[in-house]
Amino acid sequence: MNITKNIVIILLSLITILSNKLSAQGIEQILSKGEVHGNFQLDMQYYKEDSLIGAQAVPEDVLMNGFANFIYTNGNFEAGVRYESYLNTMLGFPVKYKGNGIGYRYASFTNKEMKITVGNYYEQFGNGLIFRSYEERGLGYDNAMDGIRINYKITEGLHVKGIIGKQRYYFETGEGIVRGIDGELMINDFFGGSLAESKTKLTLGGSFISKYEADQSSQYILPENVGAYAGRFILQRGKIRFDGEYAKKINDPSADNYFIYKEGEAFYLQSSYSTKGFGLTLSAKGVDNMSFRSERNASLTDLQINYLPALTKQHAYNLLATLYPYATQPNGEIAFQGELVYKFKKETLLGGKYGTSLLINYSTVYNIDSTKIVGNDSLRQGYTTKIFSIGNEKYFDEINIEITKKFSPKLKGIFTYSNLMFNQAVVQGKTPQDHPNIYANIGVIDLTYKLSKKHAIRTELQGLFTKQDKQDWATFLIEYTYSPHWFVAVMDQYNYGNKKSEERIHYYFGAVGYVNGTNRIQLGYGRQRAGIFCVGGVCRNVPASNGVTLSITSSF
Amino acid sequence: MKKIQLLLILSITLISFAFIPQSDNRTIPSANIKNLDGGDVNTTELQNNGKPMIISFWATWCSPCKRELNNIAELYDDWVEETGVKLIAISIDDARNAGKVAPYVNGKGWEFEVYLDANQDFKRALNVNNVPHTFLVNGKGEIVWQHNSYSEGDEYELYKQVKKLLEAK
Repeated sequence: MNITKNIVIILLSLITILSNKLSAQGIEQILSKGEVHGNFQLDMQYYKEDSLIGAQAVPEDVLMNGFANFIYTNGNFEAGVRYESYLNTMLGFPVKYKGNGIGYRYASFTNKEMKITVGNYYEQFGNGLIFRSYEERGLGYDNAMDGIRINYKITEGLHVKGIIGKQRYYFETGEGIVRGIDGELMINDFFGGSLAESKTKLTLGGSFISKYEADQSSQYILPENVGAYAGRFILQRGKIRFDGEYAKKINDPSADNYFIYKEGEAFYLQSSYSTKGFGLTLSAKGVDNMSFRSERNASLTDLQINYLPALTKQHAYNLLATLYPYATQPNGEIAFQGELVYKFKKETLLGGKYGTSLLINYSTVYNIDSTKIVGNDSLRQGYTTKIFSIGNEKYFDEINIEITKKFSPKLKGIFTYSNLMFNQAVVQGKTPQDHPNIYANIGVIDLTYKLSKKHAIRTELQGLFTKQDKQDWATFLIEYTYSPHWFVAVMDQYNYGNKKSEERIHYYFGAVGYVNGTNRIQLGYGRQRAGIFCVGGVCRNVPASNGVTLSITSSF
Repeated sequence: MKKIQLLLILSITLISFAFIPQSDNRTIPSANIKNLDGGDVNTTELQNNGKPMIISFWATWCSPCKRELNNIAELYDDWVEETGVKLIAISIDDARNAGKVAPYVNGKGWEFEVYLDANQDFKRALNVNNVPHTFLVNGKGEIVWQHNSYSEGDEYELYKQVKKLLEAK
């Protein structure tokens, strides 16, 4: 009883103090600035056995992934939390997500030029070659930091970030500690004066990251602190832009590189020129021994400290996106990409009445030129390389041409042709003997027909032709939309060309959805092909399944 | 003891709620994004001189996003002329595609103001689940309408909301 009394007294005195210190209006003013917002997503599937495609039923019948974020902001203060629920984890997601928990919580405040965050945060330095903590909820990818971050704006044009923390590992954190600092200097803003007005803009950046993990190996003497550093620039003058980043990592023996002590390095260069109706990008990237994780034995997408972007076109049509997607090979690759965007003007021969848009993308990836050290390798270097020199094994190659054309106010289309080469042995870690390189031609016809302002029909006809792997595929999709609320879609993917006639399977799928503002409900039924699903550059393997799916998203 | 704690939390919450005014118009939260020159921009600086503003989240790999913005691009001159509205396109492309954003935007002849949100800080701050997601902001910087996903014709609904905003003035 005493406790109750004490609490009541404390509470009353608190209110009294508050109301004395601040008038009721003052409190109201403070609280009225506060806002709470959030978002929610739920995915649920009822699994049915389907022996034809190798889909399993699950003992729970139904599996569900869900989460909600809540963020409170008040002036310079902000706090947020994410509740996550996996009951149980859907097939294809990392099974270590189990049960319910708080996956993310943080508080931060900004005081003049300094912002302080405690708890979880996502951050990246430059392109992410040595540090990026990132989330892709749809794929279960989340390597949020848990610790402290300081963003400091020293002066106009000079910003510094400092981070320290552990990385998220499902509902726990990894063993390793990651800490680092990044500085960015915008020359024009920093020096001001006539430079501020200059058409030439230059930004320089530098970063350093170090991870600590205790050495518990009986076999090797492992470095407990591993450092990595990077430097970058962006140079822009009007329509022309160059940017580049170079990163280096000291010896970091890990399961990924088979415990060699070689140093790692990476570069990423991009240049572009663009003006109205014309855009050109050329880029190159080299990676050597740059897998970087906060635990040496981690695998898959666990505890990655850095991000090595793939230099290939990111596809949206399902045969292109899910059958042979390329993923960066962190142990070594060199890649080139060029992309051209051009708009043929209206009332020209190729432009027609409404103008025609053309996009050409070419990308190619090779191994880097390396020589394996045979015989005495007492320093466990593994191999020697020249990072700027191309090896003789091709990993990937694609030419992709996309034409967007409007025929009339009612009808428009996007026509895509792609020719690609995919080294499945290297990219998917398969045995080279029975997994030859795949050469495929792909065509997509995507037509939209507007019945009225609000009603439209869209169809996709896709064909993928190859002599390797599972041979030829076709996809047909038809979608009817009633803006702004309703859609219904039916799709069939058919492996009609499979040499094994019993594997010529139809993967049919139907879905109906309702959208109202930020509420979206989708109900689907059908088969899902086993494959690699990628969102935002992160991929996961999904097993074949058959059943009913329900997705709900909302935000406020 | 537990009951008392609960009571305490409950009463504090109730007291706080009593003070929260009945305004559900959200303002643009603060996050750092980059302009296409590589410079830092804080999202609270986004504005259109007291006129309405559309904030649309997209990515170069997102087909419905590109359909939406290409469709709006065709109507944009008329929209600007009639209402003074400004569209701000926030690309969530990361290092893989961020360098292709400006050439794509120019190549398509978009007249929008475009920014990069490579680590999705602004997307998170606005509680966007997935792209495309479009917000309508009034002249006072308050979010008055939002819509997730894109279907052919949704741009007319969006424009209706823009006009409604001007009529309400």
